Amino acid sequence: MNIAPVLTTAAEGTNVGEPWLNILIFGIFVAITLVIVLRASKNTKTAADYYAGGRSFTGTQNGTAIAGDYLSAASFLGIVGAIAINGYDGFLYSIGFLVAWLVALLLVAELLRNTGKFTMADVLSFRLQQKPVRIAAALSTLMVCVFYLLAQMAGAGALVSLLLGIDDRLGQSLVIAIVGALMILYVLVGGMKGTTWVQIIKACLLIAGAFIMTVWVLALFGFNFSALLGQAVALSPHGEAILAPGLQYGVSEVAKLDFLSLGLALVLGTAGLPHVLMRFYTVPTAKEARKSVVWAIVLIGAFYLFTLVLGYGAGALIGPERILSAPGGVNSAAPYLAFELGGPLLLGLISAVAFATILAVVAGLTITAAASFAHDVYASVLAKHKPSPEKEVKIARRTVVVIGILAIVGGIGAQGQNVAFLVALAFAVAASANLPTILYSLFWKGFTTRGAQWSMYGGLAAAILLIVFSPVMSGTETSMIPGADFAFFPLKNPGIISIPLAFFLGWLGSVTEKRAEDPAKQAEMEVRSLTGVGAEKAVDH
Amino acid sequence: MSSTPHPDLADNGHVDFRAVQSTPQFQELRRTHRSFVFPWTVVFLVWYFLYVILAAYFPEFMAIKVLGNINLGIVIGLLQFVSTFVITGLYVSFANRRLDPKATAIREELEALDPSIANQSLAEGGNK
Repeated sequence: MNIAPVLTTAAEGTNVGEPWLNILIFGIFVAITLVIVLRASKNTKTAADYYAGGRSFTGTQNGTAIAGDYLSAASFLGIVGAIAINGYDGFLYSIGFLVAWLVALLLVAELLRNTGKFTMADVLSFRLQQKPVRIAAALSTLMVCVFYLLAQMAGAGALVSLLLGIDDRLGQSLVIAIVGALMILYVLVGGMKGTTWVQIIKACLLIAGAFIMTVWVLALFGFNFSALLGQAVALSPHGEAILAPGLQYGVSEVAKLDFLSLGLALVLGTAGLPHVLMRFYTVPTAKEARKSVVWAIVLIGAFYLFTLVLGYGAGALIGPERILSAPGGVNSAAPYLAFELGGPLLLGLISAVAFATILAVVAGLTITAAASFAHDVYASVLAKHKPSPEKEVKIARRTVVVIGILAIVGGIGAQGQNVAFLVALAFAVAASANLPTILYSLFWKGFTTRGAQWSMYGGLAAAILLIVFSPVMSGTETSMIPGADFAFFPLKNPGIISIPLAFFLGWLGSVTEKRAEDPAKQAEMEVRSLTGVGAEKAVDH
Repeated sequence: MSSTPHPDLADNGHVDFRAVQSTPQFQELRRTHRSFVFPWTVVFLVWYFLYVILAAYFPEFMAIKVLGNINLGIVIGLLQFVSTFVITGLYVSFANRRLDPKATAIREELEALDPSIANQSLAEGGNK
């Protein structure tokens, strides 16, 4: 296949492939999902319907939706690109993202399903003092969602220039606004049910697309992975070095430590991501929650194996130099590979999948943030009297609009900014502020309200402050504020400090608190979490 | 295990969770659960960080060729996938065989004692 003419146009600043075809395929995706969301909305009446899809999804469906929620555009375009350019180091990310699911499977998913109702704060505040713990949990939920949301929306801008050939700022802003408006519509109308279906469809498309490309790439090399690697080595300016770790993280001692810190945040962050946790409430029983995680592990694991082949495949079939010179740079490896294999049609499909990915992930984050605000902040703290579930859902819907607008404005504002660190920050905050408190309240009798507050606020503050005073913000040419230098913390990933600190603070705050928590509540939480008593039939209220 | 309700586990028709917590059946369930999830969590975390440290500090080791262009780094990386799938499978079979029957027995007993046991504290917003 001759793609030289495309390369020339790429150099002139337009995109690869046919923009109208990309838009058309994405339009078909939007039309199909809209119909499904509208149908789902007919059965959305109660709070359990709106927040938890009526707890009517099967483990298989929910597991697929989890994969759809978790596999963001960053993990598709980003990891394929990173492997194509930096080789092995891109693969390190996927392993952290996958192994992390064992924390969710063994320690969190089922127990959380049995003790909570709609949000992460339900579990954290179960046996502690409601208000202070709920507020802290809601704050960290909102922070994680906002960081993740901004990263996704900023990514949408980059994707627009790459896939639709829209390079001017106004055009990109318009597309971000359209994606944001669509997301608001989905979440507003379809609630958790609609969001879940969007995620299921997206996950199937993404994984099927990646699977087809993987088989195709392997077939070109006679299903000989070693030969594929050999070709990638031949085209890479780094040669053999792309097959071993070290190109990205091995450059200095600080970079190595930074990588350890990232690894810690990745493996402990997933089970503290509020939008992932909220998905466990959409199934009727703990057993289905277990099935959900098993499915998610199978799908996510398979997907990351595909990205390994696709990353080296892009390196072997296109080569790092051509990828880096395309608009979108590193992120263009996967779309470029699709074009190389299947021409404009496959590129259009993969592009549409990438947009669907942003839409689905953003929808999942928005409904989580809205549920947390309405259920944890409004209903439990702000409202003088406990509001009716109808009123609470009304507040949640309004919050969806507010968050959607914030996401659009933030996405437009973040264009051209280097916000890739936001995803890693979201994982670091989840691992520092959320996971210690989740584990302590599920497994440690002596945990107290003060321990929870210290751990959550301490973990949150440490993660954010360390990022502010890191090279991400200032001190280097790639920092957000390149002119200034207040970076006294050398690492770009705060996890190695903030996660142990949060665990320590949770312990310290608890053992030094004289006021004991209600042992009856602890007993109730433990019995409910392990047996599922009362949780399984609490669906139809 | 007998499915006859123990009257001493309920008080005025409401389940006394502290009494349930101290029954041998529940203690057994808790011990069985923890005896699996804690050791395996240690196993996969140690194995994962061993991999991360090898990748960060011993790239020459990871670069050792095994088969054609496939090196130890890729093999050990793929083994992380294998171990994740294996531990998942082990847990599911353990939970189905050893945890679910115990949990179901206790749950059914409690639900027979107090049919309105649905997560009340949550419905009311928990303890104030």
